[in-house]
Amino acid sequence: MSTILLIEQLLNGLQFGVMLFLMAAGLTLIFGVMGLINLAHGSLYMVGAFAAAGVAGLTGSFALALIASLAAAAMFGALIELTVIRRLYKRDHLDQVLATFALILVFSEGTRWAFGSFPLFLNIPDMLSGTVMLPGGIEYSLYRLTIIGIGLLVAAGLFLLISKTRVGMRIRAGENDREMISALGVDISVLYTLVFALGAALAGLSGALVGAIQSVEVGMGEPVLILAFVVIVIGGIGSIKGALAGAILVGVTDTMGRTLLPVIFGSFMDPSAATSVGSALASMLIYILMAGVLVFKPTGLFGEA
Amino acid sequence: MLRETHLNGLLMLALLIVPLAALALNEPFIITLATKVTILALAGVGLNLALGQGGLISFGHAIFFGLGGYSMGILASHAQSFTPLMEVPFLIEGTKLMPVIWIVAIAVSCLAALLVGLLSLRTSGVYFIMVTLAFGQMFYYFAISWPAYGGEDGLVIFVRNEFPGLNTLVPIQFFGLCFAVLCAVLFFVSKLNKSAFGLALSGAHFNAERAETVGIDITRVRLVAFVISAGITGLAGALFADLNRFVSPTMFSWHTSGQIMIFIILGGVARLYGPIAGAAVYIILEHYLGAFSDYWQIYLGLILLFVVLFAQGGLIGGLSKREAAHD
Amino acid sequence: MTFKGIVKLGCGALGTAAAVMALATAAISEGHGGDVKIGMITTLTGGGAGLGIDIRDGFMLAVEQSGKDNIEVFVEDDQRKPEIAVQLADKLIQSEQVDIMTGIVWSNLALAVIPSATAQGKIYISPNAGPTQLAGKGCHANYFNVAWQNDNLHEAAGAYTNSAGLSNTFILAPNYPAGQDALTGFKRMYEGELAGEIYTKLGQTDYAAEIAQIRASGADSVFFFLPGGMGISFLKQYADSGIDLPVVGPAFSFDQGILQAVGEAALGVKNTSQWSKDIDNAANAAFVETFEAKYGRLPSLYASQGFDAANLIISAMGKADISDQDAFRAALLEADFDSVRGDFEFGNNQHPIQDIYVREVIQEGDIFTNKIVSTGLSDHQDIYAAECAL
Repeated sequence: MSTILLIEQLLNGLQFGVMLFLMAAGLTLIFGVMGLINLAHGSLYMVGAFAAAGVAGLTGSFALALIASLAAAAMFGALIELTVIRRLYKRDHLDQVLATFALILVFSEGTRWAFGSFPLFLNIPDMLSGTVMLPGGIEYSLYRLTIIGIGLLVAAGLFLLISKTRVGMRIRAGENDREMISALGVDISVLYTLVFALGAALAGLSGALVGAIQSVEVGMGEPVLILAFVVIVIGGIGSIKGALAGAILVGVTDTMGRTLLPVIFGSFMDPSAATSVGSALASMLIYILMAGVLVFKPTGLFGEA
Repeated sequence: MLRETHLNGLLMLALLIVPLAALALNEPFIITLATKVTILALAGVGLNLALGQGGLISFGHAIFFGLGGYSMGILASHAQSFTPLMEVPFLIEGTKLMPVIWIVAIAVSCLAALLVGLLSLRTSGVYFIMVTLAFGQMFYYFAISWPAYGGEDGLVIFVRNEFPGLNTLVPIQFFGLCFAVLCAVLFFVSKLNKSAFGLALSGAHFNAERAETVGIDITRVRLVAFVISAGITGLAGALFADLNRFVSPTMFSWHTSGQIMIFIILGGVARLYGPIAGAAVYIILEHYLGAFSDYWQIYLGLILLFVVLFAQGGLIGGLSKREAAHD
Repeated sequence: MTFKGIVKLGCGALGTAAAVMALATAAISEGHGGDVKIGMITTLTGGGAGLGIDIRDGFMLAVEQSGKDNIEVFVEDDQRKPEIAVQLADKLIQSEQVDIMTGIVWSNLALAVIPSATAQGKIYISPNAGPTQLAGKGCHANYFNVAWQNDNLHEAAGAYTNSAGLSNTFILAPNYPAGQDALTGFKRMYEGELAGEIYTKLGQTDYAAEIAQIRASGADSVFFFLPGGMGISFLKQYADSGIDLPVVGPAFSFDQGILQAVGEAALGVKNTSQWSKDIDNAANAAFVETFEAKYGRLPSLYASQGFDAANLIISAMGKADISDQDAFRAALLEADFDSVRGDFEFGNNQHPIQDIYVREVIQEGDIFTNKIVSTGLSDHQDIYAAECAL
């Protein structure tokens, strides 16, 4: 395997990681602030992708589609926060898991009812399609580079939001001491709705961005939801920094595993068996990584003990 | 209002009478459904020990359900094709005898639970939920891509395995067998809950600090509970595979873990008979809602949501006086 | 509220259960002589629902057009879960006492249901899956496949790759039995070199790493089998990668139901199929027209298979009574119906002997669809037929 291919695969791993980060950021934010474990996060990702595909189909504008994905996911996020989620903050994780599992059923089949059973079309805008030549002779997709860019921007934005703004201060205060902050006259329930809608909007945005290069279909949120959970558990639940580190670790591990393991096994097995065994192991690799991290750091890389 | 013990009795009676009535009315499929309820309830009773009594929210019990299923599938498929399971270092033959299969299923599940538990119990709270989920995914992908035992296709066993003295192919006899197993396990678990171990386990759940000060090794108690719980769920997996005469990696999927959890919540967490009520209601909904609409899962979701939000204590809690379970 | 709510819920559930059972009994009691009861198990919810819905709609269209009032179809949703499919089969056999079963989309579900159904004396007509195990030694007098043996379309793709003068192809499929069969089928006919062979994760949605390997491999073409959403993702990402090697695949990733979601990325791709909407015969023209008129969308490969499955059963009903199973099977085996794919006959293993076409994805107005460019394999039969004792 050539060095250039190896570097390209690292880039692919980074890109995959950034995609996961967009999804994981909302999840970890919601957990960090409200202590809520939200399985329906994948559904909000799906809502974003469907809203984007719907609007892009009507208007032909990708920019409008992205705005629609943010708006729709935030709106649905706020809606379920007001009707369902806020009743769950004081419950144990078991009730949260079940209620949000039920929400997945409602969202998935509701989307199928509204949009039909066939995948929708959402494409990369012409402006961002095609490839660019990177230094070193790597031909790389412009759209994927854009995703890396947006993901890093979102990460920076979240850091600033939390460390520098008044809302961020309240979020940090709310994490540390809920009673204190409501005693200070901050309306905690409005703050919670806002945080939940923000997390939902991030999921919706990533659904729309990813939807352009993947299949916009019912159930698209579930595989990525589980990956996002792996990411935040590795990074430490509640930590944005951890989510970024975890996402990139998972993205790179998965991508490199997929490409390298069959080659490694191929050096001492017959090629057909090697691809099969290598791929089998590669599909389990990130879960092995997660188990490994938790054995040594039971609260994740950046989690508080 | 009913007392909870009366309600439990009624529940078991109903589970016994429905298939007998179905037999009289010549509705064999109702017997199959009742058998399914019995087996899934058994899986729930297993998880409930860890989850309800011990407070260990395992999102990975599909591992043990699947291992039980594959224990049956692998042993029976070798017996079916008359090829030994292993010749070196010593000969192991396949078998079609249920008692042997059950012992293997329980042993394999307990062993897996010991390994998974040793690693997962280092964590707690959400981390525990997620790490068990991750282990589940590991087993799921392994089962799908490992070609030796069918991969995603799974294994078909043409004839249901045998139990001495019974003809398991007759639906009502197989139901009776499953029902007897469920009763035996319920008896065992109720004794266990009242034993010193059971008290230590709920102590570790509800007041860990105090339990530690009186000298209970919390991690060890939890590990033992996790292992027993896995053994019961594994046994249910072996029976479930025999009900379908078929195993596949779906038994390992995270939806299966979620479903077993749903039975518990529907019925009432930490209530011994909760999973039976939960499994019964879930199966009835699943089989009859589908006739109304292609989008029946929306209604299922709404019903689940309603129970979680407004009916704490589940069905049994709602129908009997006490909100919280104490036995 | 808790107690009241639950009682209401319970009463509701009981009430619905009772109502459904009443309906079911009513349906059964209507029966009279010569009736055929068909149990259809297919996927109607979740991500793969589009395929099952197409099979059901094609099937029901044929039943409706036949004008026969003595066909009763029980449709059940398997949710794409094999355990559920097995239980539904039990239900259809034990409670509804159906004569014929059909409908299953996926090979793993088919393998779970068919052997036990045929062993219990039911006839099974497969409108989609054709697993290897049931075509060779495991063939059965009660099992008819009206679609294809699983390897067929991949073999045709291999044959096409040779004839197109491509000799260094890169092949990939998901790591599960149907994926392994696909690559085996392709390699059986393909004579050139392999630039690479990759198994991807089932359900994988990001193919950047695989596409990078294709780019680096020096291949002259790509063959892939990635059904459903996986294929959509791969094609979109491939189109955006700037690689312009020709792509070949079986029809599953270029089916009418998903082509609109792939869009321009699929234009020009060659794919192999035993059916296409432009096959020139009267039955097909009428099928395409009436399907579109009734359901408001173009029919897919799956719809055509459902339609043919129903017409096969209807043709046999005209020749024999279902109560005489030997005669009914013989009537099925004659395959005396106007298949929408033109010539159609059964081989000794009761799988099709048929032409497999090479299609190209084109655009007609706003709609993406396929047109036939050549015949990939003529009167093709699967190789497992030789092992079948029938």
